Amino acid sequence: MPTAIDRNDLRELARSGAQLIEVLPRQEYDDEHLPGAINMPLTRMDGESGAEFRRDVPVVVYCQDYQ
Amino acid sequence: MAGKADWSASGLPTEGTLASVPRIGDIARRDVPTCMPDDPIGDVQERVRRLGADTCVVVNERNVVLGRLRKDGLEADPELSAQLVMEPGPIAYRPNEPAKETAEYLAERGVSNILVTTSDGELVGLFRRDDVLQRSTEKATEGKRS
Repeated sequence: MPTAIDRNDLRELARSGAQLIEVLPRQEYDDEHLPGAINMPLTRMDGESGAEFRRDVPVVVYCQDYQ
Repeated sequence: MAGKADWSASGLPTEGTLASVPRIGDIARRDVPTCMPDDPIGDVQERVRRLGADTCVVVNERNVVLGRLRKDGLEADPELSAQLVMEPGPIAYRPNEPAKETAEYLAERGVSNILVTTSDGELVGLFRRDDVLQRSTEKATEGKRS
C-alpha cells in the first residue's frame, strides 16, 4: 500500500536498507540522485517493472518534487 | 516524499556526475553570529563585535531564520529588541545551489553575501562570494605546487 513519507522518514528508511527508486529520466538520474538509488524512468515503466521491486524491504519511489 | 529537490535543498548527500560540484552549503560560513528575537541590540552588538562580523541572523529556538540584522539594525538603540529592528524574512538560498554560479550571480547584482537555509528554513550559514574566489585561488596555487 503506497504511503507518503517526509525527508526524515526517508533518512530512517534508507538507513535501514530500503530500496530507493528514482523515476526521473536517465540523464537527470546520472546528474544527481539519492545515495544508493536505482533508476526506473516513469515513461519506460510497464507491467514488468514491478519485478525489479524488492519484496523484502520497503520500496521508496521518488520524483523531483511532490508528485 | 517531497522528492529529490527537497533532499538536495536540505544539504543531504547525493551521488552522480554533479554530486561533486561545490555547493554554497559546502562553503557557507557556520560561524555567523545569531541571536533570539527578544535579545537586546546592546547584547547583540557585543556578540557581533567579538566575532568580527558585520551581520547577525535572528533565529528561533529551532534555528529557523526569522530575520537579519545589518549595519543599521546593529547600530540601533541598544535597549530595543532584535525583532524590532531586524530585516524580516531575509532572502536565503538553499545549500545545493552551485557555488561558482551563485557567486557570479551575486557579483552581477553587487551582493556580497547571502544566507543559506534548508527548505525548512533552518540556518546553514552565510555564503560570501569572495570565499569562492579565495577557494579557487587556493586550488590554483595547490595545483601549481603539485
